[in-house]
Amino acid sequence: MKASYKYSFLILGIILLFCFFMNISLGSVSIPFKDVFNSLIGASTEVESWEHIVQGYRLPKAFTAILVGSGLGISGLLMQTLFRNPLAGPFVLGITSGASLGVALIIMGASIFGGTLAGLLISKWSLVIAASLGSFLVLLAVLIVSMRVRDTMAILIIGLMFGSITAAVVSVLSYFSSAEQLQQYIFWGFGSLGNLAWNELLVFFIIYSIGILISMTSIKSLNTLLLGENYAKSLGLNLKKSRLLIILATSLLAGTITAFAGPIAFIGLAIPHMTRQIFNTSNHKILLPAVFLFGAIIMLICDSIAQLPTSDYTLPINAITSLIGAPVVIWLLVRKRKMIF
Amino acid sequence: MSNNNQHIVLKTQDLAIGYKHKKVETVVSKNINIELHKGELIGLVGANGIGKSTLLRTLTKVQPMLLGEVSINNISLDTFNNIDLAKSLSLVLTEQVASKNMSVFELVALGRQPYTNWVGSLTANDLSIVNKAISQTTIESLKHKRCFELSDGQLQKVMIARALAQDTDLIILDEPTTHLDMYHKAYILKLLQKLTRDTNKTILFSSHEIDLSIQLCDKLMVMTESNVIIDTPENHIKQGNFKSLFPEDLIIFDSETKSFRVNK
Repeated sequence: MKASYKYSFLILGIILLFCFFMNISLGSVSIPFKDVFNSLIGASTEVESWEHIVQGYRLPKAFTAILVGSGLGISGLLMQTLFRNPLAGPFVLGITSGASLGVALIIMGASIFGGTLAGLLISKWSLVIAASLGSFLVLLAVLIVSMRVRDTMAILIIGLMFGSITAAVVSVLSYFSSAEQLQQYIFWGFGSLGNLAWNELLVFFIIYSIGILISMTSIKSLNTLLLGENYAKSLGLNLKKSRLLIILATSLLAGTITAFAGPIAFIGLAIPHMTRQIFNTSNHKILLPAVFLFGAIIMLICDSIAQLPTSDYTLPINAITSLIGAPVVIWLLVRKRKMIF
Repeated sequence: MSNNNQHIVLKTQDLAIGYKHKKVETVVSKNINIELHKGELIGLVGANGIGKSTLLRTLTKVQPMLLGEVSINNISLDTFNNIDLAKSLSLVLTEQVASKNMSVFELVALGRQPYTNWVGSLTANDLSIVNKAISQTTIESLKHKRCFELSDGQLQKVMIARALAQDTDLIILDEPTTHLDMYHKAYILKLLQKLTRDTNKTILFSSHEIDLSIQLCDKLMVMTESNVIIDTPENHIKQGNFKSLFPEDLIIFDSETKSFRVNK
């Protein structure tokens, strides 16, 4: 059994590499693969601007796609196990809602702070900070509640309630804002992988890594939680601490991804299910790296499609993830006839 | 059973159980003094709502005791940390496992969690204990099946194997025979009896199968509104302890056949 997993990992690794190169080879400007490769290793390219395109735009975008796909997949996996619910995703804790509230306040609430400030406020960093602050505050509220509540399901419902409250506030804000502001907000909601410069990517990567590290230390408790909370306790698991760490990891991953790339739909929910269809196990020691690879691959593919290679258009990544992914999950479930978890 | 001076695995002294809600105490039962010895099979019987679950929850530190003292292997329950308790006491609960996608082997192996490293890797020793637990419960043929493919009876055996893999002196089962047919009820209790003989572990279970428990258990804990009495089934019958178990206007205990029957 162990050996077959090794092959699956090897194959997934090769697919990931392939998708990575495919992703940076495709774009609105067609660049021959030889020159893509040359610009990667720092050799000269036939047209000088190609090097800029590859190094300054496509490469960070591909890395962003890997971080977003793997991070969302893993946080989805954590939530599905913690809440024992196949429908849970990274955003059940109200993290996206918090982020969208932050962004909505910056974009649409800017006029409230006064016209002069408005121009200053709406920069990319301010959006990132607003989204982070928003998701952090919601996270804080959920954490405080989860320390007091004994029932894990209550946390799920509280997360959903936070979502409703923030959605309502966003609606109120939208009602009073101009068409331009609305458009800007909606564009943020489309999600975007291609907006990050290297220094932003570095900040992204550091927070992401902390989230991944915490997830890795939670592997054992996640496996124990498969038995249910009472059995987990009888096996010596410190339930509150493990729950806190799992929620923290998810929040760091999903929060920073939403802050930097916008609310990416579907990936977090679907990737763990797709992975379980291939890796027939519930052991998180296998599932966690598998979800990592799978998430990265799917996100790279979605991004390649969203680029509409050789055309000047770029489709919203959020639409592509749902358009590609939802039918795949439906197909998988119809074929297998059950939602395994 | 043959030797009452055997090592005491679990002991309670003047234990009072119940609930405390905003300083209002609801006492379910008090002055409970029991001793469970090594290698014994003990059945806990009593009517619905009499407090069997509360007693088991208190003995397993799921719920705080109101008064008195519980000790496992002469160590007070209060001084146990989570991991040490998990190495002394394993449970089989009535609730279903959260994920039924696990293979039987994976599930039984989770019993080794208190002993494994941070990522839960199984050592050769862990593997041999897991395999031993699987063979002791005769579920070798199910090893690679997934839990959703199992019947209730098979699943109960798997859960018992998991508790065995946890390698504790004491195993406590909460109503292990519910949802099972007559054959599997007897099968599971017989299996528990065999395990106490083979492994010298102490097994305590709550059950409504009084007839079967009388036949198979070394000791029975009879729980009524007034007290908890632990003794051998024969002594219970002699002293007529089963008569106070249920209101006698409907069912009565027949000492001849060692079973209950409806008072027609």
